[in-house]
Amino acid sequence: MEVVLAIITGILYAAGIYMMMRRSIVKLIIGVILFSNGVNLLIFLSGRLKKGKPPLIPESSDVFIEAYTDPIPQALILTAIVISFGLQAFAIVLVKRAYKVLHTDDLDQLNTTDEDS
Amino acid sequence: MLIVVLIGFLLSALLLFTGNFFKEKKLSTLLTILPLGILIYLLSFGQKIAQGEVIYLHYEWIPAFDVSLNFRLDGLSFLFGLLISGIGTLVFFYTSSYLKGHHFLDRFYSYLSMFMAAMLGLVLSDNLITMFIFWELTSITSFFLIGFNNESQSSRKSALVALGITGLGGFFLLAGAVLIGESAGTYSISQILSDPEAVRSGSYFSLICIFMTLAAFTKSAQFPFHFWLPGAMQAPTPVSTYLHSATMVKAGVYLLFRFSPVFEGSHLWHELLLIFGAVTMIYSAYHIIFRIDLKSILAYSTIAALGILVFLIGIGTKMAITAAAVFIVVHALYKASLFLIAGIIDHETGTRDITRLSGLRHKMMPIFITGVIAAAISGGIPPTLGFIGKELIYESTYHFTESVVFLTFLAIFTKILLFYAGFVVGMKPFTGKLPAALSEVHKPDIKMSLPPAIMVILGLVLGIFPGFIEDFISAPITQTFGFTDVEHLKIWHGFSEILVFSMVTILIGTIMYLTLKPNYKLKGFISKLEVISPLQLMNDLNQGFEKISGWWTNLFQNGYLRHYVATCVLFMVISIGYVVVFNFNLDLADQAFHQLTFHEVAIIVIMLGAVIFTVVTRSRLAAVVAMGIVGFSFSLIFLFYGAPDLAMTQFSVDTLTVILFVLVLYKLPKYLKLTKNVLRLEHGILSLTFGTLVSMIILMVLQQPVQKEVSEYYGDNAYLLAKGKNVVNVILVDFRGIDTLIEVSVLTVASLGVFGLIKLRIRSRDKK
Repeated sequence: MEVVLAIITGILYAAGIYMMMRRSIVKLIIGVILFSNGVNLLIFLSGRLKKGKPPLIPESSDVFIEAYTDPIPQALILTAIVISFGLQAFAIVLVKRAYKVLHTDDLDQLNTTDEDS
Repeated sequence: MLIVVLIGFLLSALLLFTGNFFKEKKLSTLLTILPLGILIYLLSFGQKIAQGEVIYLHYEWIPAFDVSLNFRLDGLSFLFGLLISGIGTLVFFYTSSYLKGHHFLDRFYSYLSMFMAAMLGLVLSDNLITMFIFWELTSITSFFLIGFNNESQSSRKSALVALGITGLGGFFLLAGAVLIGESAGTYSISQILSDPEAVRSGSYFSLICIFMTLAAFTKSAQFPFHFWLPGAMQAPTPVSTYLHSATMVKAGVYLLFRFSPVFEGSHLWHELLLIFGAVTMIYSAYHIIFRIDLKSILAYSTIAALGILVFLIGIGTKMAITAAAVFIVVHALYKASLFLIAGIIDHETGTRDITRLSGLRHKMMPIFITGVIAAAISGGIPPTLGFIGKELIYESTYHFTESVVFLTFLAIFTKILLFYAGFVVGMKPFTGKLPAALSEVHKPDIKMSLPPAIMVILGLVLGIFPGFIEDFISAPITQTFGFTDVEHLKIWHGFSEILVFSMVTILIGTIMYLTLKPNYKLKGFISKLEVISPLQLMNDLNQGFEKISGWWTNLFQNGYLRHYVATCVLFMVISIGYVVVFNFNLDLADQAFHQLTFHEVAIIVIMLGAVIFTVVTRSRLAAVVAMGIVGFSFSLIFLFYGAPDLAMTQFSVDTLTVILFVLVLYKLPKYLKLTKNVLRLEHGILSLTFGTLVSMIILMVLQQPVQKEVSEYYGDNAYLLAKGKNVVNVILVDFRGIDTLIEVSVLTVASLGVFGLIKLRIRSRDKK
């Protein structure tokens, strides 16, 4: 499964980068989202996979008795998901705002700071 | 002495606030008190200097780096100190009339006193690093003074060229200073001079020699760095007089003088100085013939004089050192007065074109007399001090050990042209008939005519009584070089070859003056050669550099986001691709593909389909939904592989994102096909390459053993220390609680931003 997920990660990176290089600003945001999903998967994989062994200490015990999934990548990803949500929400609203003011979502027309462009 | 050096900076700062007071009350003449005070202070040491004493004053500055504000007053710094304060006094005095009522007079004085302070610091400093700082300060003040007429483009350009060249020299000086410090183990100039063997035997000796001479050559306008000096003549005349003839350009000479005891006997050193000094003096002396601007003539004759000084230090005998010391005084006296006279002519007639000036003696007789005496000093006509200077120069070339005939010939050639230059500026504008255009010319203000007169009188008196120069200047300087017996200065040396050389110089000079008339034809001839001059070369280099950097910047910074992304990705692919491809090996046999369950395969297929659909679909809404599917598949993968918290978070965040997208974006226009197919293909290939690379890197990482210490620490202690059974939660809220707090604040800021963007009304735009 690791090999398959590694390839999926590669595909997500490729799709994300490809979308980031499009001119539509909406595609750019979608690209960023796909890309961050890819990054999350990369972190997840680096802790290795263990099927059905969440890092929860059993009720009856104070410490782990059997092997468990690495908790650190999970903590990192949790943070990453939440932060990237903040980023996405802000970006989406910004796009809406920019469209309302400038009537375009073409990045090539947004590459100057002059007001009267 | 510290206060004497720093008082110029203080005055300069003070003028920022009180400048208007001096300007309005017309009290700027009062500022002359500053250099005059310094001059008197320095003269009070005269008796001690004449007895060969060296005065030290110690002030700590940054002892940790061996940087101090130690000052050393010996024969050499005494001479330069006198020049700086003496010429400074006259120039300060002269300026009050020359720039009377000028809008920025206060600023001018501010720069001028800052320069004076920096220059004094440079020659008095006993620490290499401090000396470097003062050296750079003189370059900077020179930049401001050359660009003083900041509305003129040529002024600004000349200022930049001068700063560029002298700044380059500054780098060399710093490099040389650090290397000397490394070799000698100290930055104290006195200690370095008392133990020159430490530097001489060090492994950097040749480098130090080259760096120090380069520093001096740039500052003292030696070929091929000479071209900034004629450009610097854009500055007001008092600046040309003070900085670019009498003091700052001699800083390089000072440097060579100061360190020549260290380099004494090194072939490299003597040859560098002899060759560059000789080339400079011949090259610029020859250029004098082709100039018609008074200041331009003086600029080239200054370069020639600087060449002579470097040449003499290169010869390095006792006679040559004496000659150089005397010639510095001679040159300062006559060149400064000629500059001031050129300034007076410019001020009164509005032109410096020698072909349009004649007959001015009818209007300003005293200036004419001053000019002729200055020319006589310059030409070395007895009984002026110039005569003694010239004799000494011939003595030192004639009694040198090698190439006597050649060196003497070079010296005579240069002196003839300097003779010519002196008379062209000092005498020519005053002789002949007064043209009608100049009939309205007034007599100059006494404040302007007095300073040059004082200088030429000094030149005459010192020539008749050379004992002063010997006692206070040439003898102390030769003593600092370790020569015990001093060269006696006399106006009459008896009949000898030297006297013949002098006569020849004066004779040929006079013939040249009488027959050769500066005119535009000669100027035109030399401007054709400008194409291959060092100045042109530097301009071409500058332009080329600008073009290349412009092209280079535009290549990467063209303002298109996709271009930036593509550049970064391409760079990463190229830089890491090589390593990855050559170190990659994958053994698929170990992989238990048959263990894959049905739901895993299903999730992967759904996810792949969704990703591809997101990329290719033409509908924005479909893309958003497909993206949502990718996110939900992620939730499931997290769920299967032991991360229930992640699954829940991913699920809720993804739902929110899709809702937000749909709410916001339904108003947007349809997707347009904006890029060309070729570009899409290029981007596709680049992205796929990058994706493949990432996959390969992950596979390589997966083959490495895992480090689990930290995870195990958290796992073991989650309950024992933090009383929580969900380890991920414990990490987030307990072990790394502060990080989570910061994360929450990031989210808060983002939500404030979102709220602001939704509520914001840009009124002016909405009305449109």
